[in-house]
Amino acid sequence: MTFEYAPAPESRSIVSIKPKYGHFINGSFVAGKKHFPTINPATEEILSHISLGGASDVDKAVMAAQKAYTKTWSKLTGKERGKYLYRIARILQERAREFAVLETLDNGKPIRETRDIDIPLVAAHFFYHAGWADKLDYAGLGHSPAPYGVAGQIIPWNFPLLMLAWKVAPALATGNTVVLKPAETTSLTALLFAEVCQQAELPDGVVNIVTGDGSTGAAIVNHPGIHKIAFTGSTDVGKKIARAIASTDKKATLELGGKGANIVFDDAPVDETVEGIVNGIFFNQGHVCCAGSRLIVQESIAEEIIEKLKVRMAKIRVGDPLDKNTDLGAINSKEQLNKINELSAVGDAEGAERWSPQCTLSNKGYWFAPTIFTGVTQAHRIAQEEIFGPVLSVLTFRTPQEAIDKANNSPFGLSAGIWSEKGSRIFWASQHLKAGVIWANTFNKFDPASPFGGYKESGWGREGGKHGLAAYLKNGKETGAK
Amino acid sequence: MSFYGLVDGSEKSLIHFLDQLSGVDQVGAEARAAMLATRSIKTSSKKWAIETAISMVDLTTLEGADTPGKVRALCSKAVRPDPTDPTVPSVGAICVYNDMVEIARTHLDAIGGKHVPVAAVSTAFPSGRASMEVKIQDTQDAINAGAAEIDMVIDRGAFLAGKYGLVFDEIVKIREVCGDKAHLKVIFETGELVTYDNVRKASYLAMLAGADFIKTSTGKVAPAATPPVVLVMLEAVRDFYSMTKRRIGVKPAGGIRTTKDAIKQLVLVNETAGPEWLTPNLFRIGASALLNDLLMQRMKMSDGYYASPNYVTID
Repeated sequence: MTFEYAPAPESRSIVSIKPKYGHFINGSFVAGKKHFPTINPATEEILSHISLGGASDVDKAVMAAQKAYTKTWSKLTGKERGKYLYRIARILQERAREFAVLETLDNGKPIRETRDIDIPLVAAHFFYHAGWADKLDYAGLGHSPAPYGVAGQIIPWNFPLLMLAWKVAPALATGNTVVLKPAETTSLTALLFAEVCQQAELPDGVVNIVTGDGSTGAAIVNHPGIHKIAFTGSTDVGKKIARAIASTDKKATLELGGKGANIVFDDAPVDETVEGIVNGIFFNQGHVCCAGSRLIVQESIAEEIIEKLKVRMAKIRVGDPLDKNTDLGAINSKEQLNKINELSAVGDAEGAERWSPQCTLSNKGYWFAPTIFTGVTQAHRIAQEEIFGPVLSVLTFRTPQEAIDKANNSPFGLSAGIWSEKGSRIFWASQHLKAGVIWANTFNKFDPASPFGGYKESGWGREGGKHGLAAYLKNGKETGAK
Repeated sequence: MSFYGLVDGSEKSLIHFLDQLSGVDQVGAEARAAMLATRSIKTSSKKWAIETAISMVDLTTLEGADTPGKVRALCSKAVRPDPTDPTVPSVGAICVYNDMVEIARTHLDAIGGKHVPVAAVSTAFPSGRASMEVKIQDTQDAINAGAAEIDMVIDRGAFLAGKYGLVFDEIVKIREVCGDKAHLKVIFETGELVTYDNVRKASYLAMLAGADFIKTSTGKVAPAATPPVVLVMLEAVRDFYSMTKRRIGVKPAGGIRTTKDAIKQLVLVNETAGPEWLTPNLFRIGASALLNDLLMQRMKMSDGYYASPNYVTID
């Protein structure tokens, strides 16, 4: 007797994908000149063709955003801006299933996650920021805080629509207008969001979306009409942006890479810890900048934890992202799969022990089985470099101080997790960890009210919460307007 | 005395054993159960799950108003849940009060239901508030009357007062009375134990003392068999198996009324304890109204439409 779950695929009939897309500039779609294909990474099926934005497209978008800022958006009261944000949030909820299916098709992540996590959080971000729009003067952000004008926003492929929401919602709430570039491999939900802006009758030019690759992003960063950059992506690109704006007065928030330490003390609640480890590294195929990619476990319980982790990993359902029972979907691109393979090979070569459960992977599309490396030390590259895939490096420690030292011994400092049933130990550890986000007895929990961002090479500034608003506002003192 | 070589039966050894169990994080356990509740069970797997769930039902009547007539009717239902379709399996057992055991056994035997065991609730069910002599006699009576399964309740008062030795000894004694004549299910009344840590401790106490099954609730207290409680118990039997190589069964009871609820329970079993537990020998669902919903969903699977409730029998 076995309980095989029959296929339960979510229907894709709810989405209609056009064969070709242009840019969204000044409230309407304008045809692009060059196009590149966007594919479903689970099947390699070409879904559509996306415009490759050049400097002139970016220029048009910035001009539209400037005009919208001067003529319309900056003239509206916070209350009026809030109305548009509430409207967008409601439309996103109404069209949630459509967005979830489209995101899963374009990104490869499981429908369970787009349906239960990505899209609900997207709507939550718009609702949350809608509420702030008319309260900025009273938020402790200085006297009469003012927007910068046009914000240039560049987002990654791991949470395409969620990262759009993290960027667009606070920008609009604070009275900025936006030129946004989605990631090259995942533009479709941003383009559907453009339709939502039309449906919400958002004034033309307040949100502009230019699709393209790194060169398009560079054109946004270097455009003189842009006063504020918000970037989420790799540390390498983040450093390039920092150099590019070094001699300008552009403000920037950068959300970059991470190598999150998930620290397990010997008094941890074992079963929930194992769940937390799985959620920390296998959520979203490990394509998470704050993933708990380093498991730092107390030596005295390491064996038990690893054994239970392996049993649990054998239950992870890898396969069709549209199937409602899939836990681990496809790797987003061939390029990323190559990178994961390369770094995993490094792990093998460095002498770490690789383990994956038995699972059948499709020949088509990009797949990588959930993997753990045990016997990893600080001197291993897989303990230092971000793999950005479903690969966990397991290290051990003997004393609490050693755990903290190892966790902090990284150029990154984005996230960390603490597992212990002892409250005082949790407080002590969280005070000594150098990470922007620290979870205790949970992992990968997000909320629009909670600021998110990193220490060290994990980035500049915070997104979300009141801190996130401040990044889009000059306060009275800075402008000298007091 | 040695119990699986893990404890010697003294309160000290029990406390030592229970103290080294890992705690349960409430938020995490509830999140895991909620995630598993999103599994989408369709077509062939749904058909299999319904069939399996029917065979796992402990069809129960535990009312002051129970009469021989009522119990006999339930027995007929247990043997042939759908009189129009002989391919529907019999349920796992009939679960009744002590004084109804003989009536149930006799009637089941008379109608071709020798294969359906009778379970009796015992040890001053549901409160467990009686002397040990009474509890032993209660159990002995049920076995003499033909009960093949004893659903005993633990002394929750003793458990909450930290008297683990007392709880343990009672289970051991009832286990002795059952001998090889009856399977022993130990009911915790998780709604009264309240915390998941307590549920885990009670699970181990019962397993160490010789329980064949651990059972959530009497059905008289809410909340009863909530998915996180069942999750914690399934983790306990899974881990106990890896310690002792003995598989203990789990019986959620109370509050499972729909096919959807039952399928969620089967998913919990499948992804926690594992597919080895997906048999009536190791998983039962204590219920009464559930059976008719399973039958209606089964008809829907074969006919393609929902029949009127008048097409399933009321008992």
